[in-house]
Amino acid sequence: MARFLAPEAFSATTETLSLLPFNLERTGTNQYLVANLVGDFIRLTEDELNRLVDLQIQPGDGLYEKAYSAHLITGTNQNAQRQLLALRLRSRMSFLRQVTPLHIFVVTLRCEHSCPYCQVSRQSTDRSRFDMSEETAMRSLDIAFASPSSRIKIEFQGGEPLLNFPLIRTIVSNAKTRAISLGKKIDFVIASNLALLDDAVLEFCKLNDVLLSTSLDGPADLHNKNRPRPGGNSHELATRGIQRAKEVLGTDRVGALMTTTEASLDRVDDIIDEYLQMDLDGIFLRPLSPFGFAVKTKQFQKYDAKKWLGFYERGLRRVLEINRQGRPFREFYAALILTRMLSDRPIGYVDLRSPAGAGLGALVYNYDGNVFASDEGRMLAETGDNAFKLGHVDQDSYQSLILSDKLIGAISSSLTQCAPECSTCVFESHCGADPVYHHATQGDVLGIKPLSAFCARQKGIMGLLLDILENSLEDAAILRRWATP
Amino acid sequence: MTLPLYGTASLGAGFGSGKARSVIRLRAVERRADRHAADFALVKTPDQLDLARAANWHSIFVVSDGSIESVSTESFDRQIIVPPKYDYLGDGDVLGFDHSSRKFRTLFRRNSAHNSFLVTERCNNYCLMCSQPPKDVDDSWILSEIKESLALVDPATPALTFTGGETLSDWVEFIDVLKECRRQLPSTAVQVLTNGRAFANSRIVDAWRNIGHPNLMAAIPVYASTDSVHDYVVQAKGAFDETILGILKLKDRGQRVEIRVVLHAVTAPIIAETCRWIARNLPFVDHVALMGLENTGFAIANDALLWIDPLDYREALAEAVDHLVSAGVNVSVYNLPKCVLSRSVWPYALQSISDWKNGFVEECDRCDEKSSCSGFFTTGRPRFSRGVSAITS
Repeated sequence: MARFLAPEAFSATTETLSLLPFNLERTGTNQYLVANLVGDFIRLTEDELNRLVDLQIQPGDGLYEKAYSAHLITGTNQNAQRQLLALRLRSRMSFLRQVTPLHIFVVTLRCEHSCPYCQVSRQSTDRSRFDMSEETAMRSLDIAFASPSSRIKIEFQGGEPLLNFPLIRTIVSNAKTRAISLGKKIDFVIASNLALLDDAVLEFCKLNDVLLSTSLDGPADLHNKNRPRPGGNSHELATRGIQRAKEVLGTDRVGALMTTTEASLDRVDDIIDEYLQMDLDGIFLRPLSPFGFAVKTKQFQKYDAKKWLGFYERGLRRVLEINRQGRPFREFYAALILTRMLSDRPIGYVDLRSPAGAGLGALVYNYDGNVFASDEGRMLAETGDNAFKLGHVDQDSYQSLILSDKLIGAISSSLTQCAPECSTCVFESHCGADPVYHHATQGDVLGIKPLSAFCARQKGIMGLLLDILENSLEDAAILRRWATP
Repeated sequence: MTLPLYGTASLGAGFGSGKARSVIRLRAVERRADRHAADFALVKTPDQLDLARAANWHSIFVVSDGSIESVSTESFDRQIIVPPKYDYLGDGDVLGFDHSSRKFRTLFRRNSAHNSFLVTERCNNYCLMCSQPPKDVDDSWILSEIKESLALVDPATPALTFTGGETLSDWVEFIDVLKECRRQLPSTAVQVLTNGRAFANSRIVDAWRNIGHPNLMAAIPVYASTDSVHDYVVQAKGAFDETILGILKLKDRGQRVEIRVVLHAVTAPIIAETCRWIARNLPFVDHVALMGLENTGFAIANDALLWIDPLDYREALAEAVDHLVSAGVNVSVYNLPKCVLSRSVWPYALQSISDWKNGFVEECDRCDEKSSCSGFFTTGRPRFSRGVSAITS
């Protein structure tokens, strides 16, 4: 039919095309990974990249279609491509609307465990010196409720927070009253080793919708080696606690985290099996942080990012195998990254965002009333480094803490959007700034990224996930489900 | 089986010369309450004719092979007589009737779940596979006919569709029709098939939003993730940019949007990429419908360009559905029988073909899935996949 026009009639000419912003990285001889403004990835050969940059492309050549779908080009007079990028970027960054949703209360520094990797310098004695006072707790609540966030989460940490359970009761009851009068929503989490979990605590958690978060490092021998306590029964108490909590509070009201030590590196399958046995719905494969006691005991230096990535990949592939065999089970860090890579939902995960989550995402109220920009920041202070100590509950307000030069300095100096290496990194959209980590390891909140294990781990994990998404149909379908809203 | 929705009456009398057309509603003879000036007693047997007379009906609509005409119908003010193949017509159905030519169109069937009003035959796209080829004619009278019809449509009707041509060609008048829908049929869901380009104009989107209809959906086609491919399919340069912008403006104003992708040899091979793109860029749309091609209209003329056996895009379609499901997007597959679909797609495959043009083939008789299968279009020149085969356990 002559009335229909051929595809060529709808081609744009080079003069009417414009490039849109993108980042790229060489991934092999003649191979480039390219990401658009909001982190959609495509792969191009060197020749394709050059033709793209010169706009020597046209509909029908394959490259045009690839580049257009990925928002690397637009018709100069078109609007939709730019509008899509703008609204997607706005959505991705809208986590910033919830300012300081997380408030961590270190109700005591005392602990009955003596883990060599502990990120805090635990204390075992002197109740009066290392427990938070009620007065300090109330001042901390004043600050927490002054944050503009409409929903806040209060997380109890330690030490072992259950060693100061009476204060937890007081804080929860008081916070609930305040939340009602201010019209805010409030959630509670207790981060505990569960060794002291009893019926009274469980009943309290049930009554107040308190979530439990605990540590489970793997099978008994590994867990007990990592987490010594008098009696050597940390694993027994933790698993029993998880079971009890699931029975009383519900399966989704208790979560477990693992920390990777040198002894864990060859045992990822055993660790995952332990989580399966406990009937947990996933595992968070976490590296060791270079803070607190872990630095003193040189634990974190014992393995490098590469070794850890090997451990992570083995673990992830094992988790995928479990899914292929029909049991839904997630690796939670991958799920987080995948949500960033496959959707534009705002993810304000405190440890992986830019602007950094320090202060803007979380504030930490230490047992002694000092306020820190992050949990890791107070861990640094335990070893004498006050770089992230923002103030004290007796002298400061929410405003003065958030607007302190220290916090603004750390956040503005570490933005990945303009940092060297980061601003041009192909993974920037899905990554984050970690000023505390880089201060701790390099003495500089921005950090030199090629020397950063944080950077190596992020790039390694994202590269691995991309590889699976692109090259394994069945595993890709599983991974996509982890990002389903 | 295809129902004849158009036809010519063998008799049309008593309409006077004031108007060229009338919209009429058929009523069961025994119905006495709420008689409207547009109501005609529906007569299919001589007995019903007597009953109509006894019940004091002034207007009658006779479905007959001639046996009833022989009985006197003269005592009625207005009479229409149509051949027996229109026997499907029933109480509450609404028709448009042209006085001089005696041509009529069934506008609304009360017992059907698939009622659609054609708004215009004009369109600013010229899609390769258009099932309703556009005509550049002044058919604005249709909108007045629709307005007249709405008063006669059963308010209990669950859903209505407006189709074209481009429904927003005369957008001011069409928006008025939608306002009438809200006023007269407040509990009827309304779906509008549009190419969405008009919504690139903020004035039109604002007018749409201001209708304030509680259950209104704009169903908009997106054929590719690339402007040139979409523009080629719809034969209009610049269409992609306007359509996408239109979708964004509708969603920005909280309006409901469905994306429709018709599957043929240009769109089906890239459907996985198109849906990956939709999942990534437009996950906030309310529904995505992936639709098998109706081989009628331009699709027949462009058969060489457009025909692809659905079996040859079975895997691509399964991947496409998975991309959307993973992103939490509501997706359905229309017009494709289960035997040509991957099993992972079955939960999303609907019986979507309108009742009046839906059929099955002999092979389907021994298929376990027939009762939950879309079957086939009976319109145009149906083409069948080599994959059509009974599913048996």
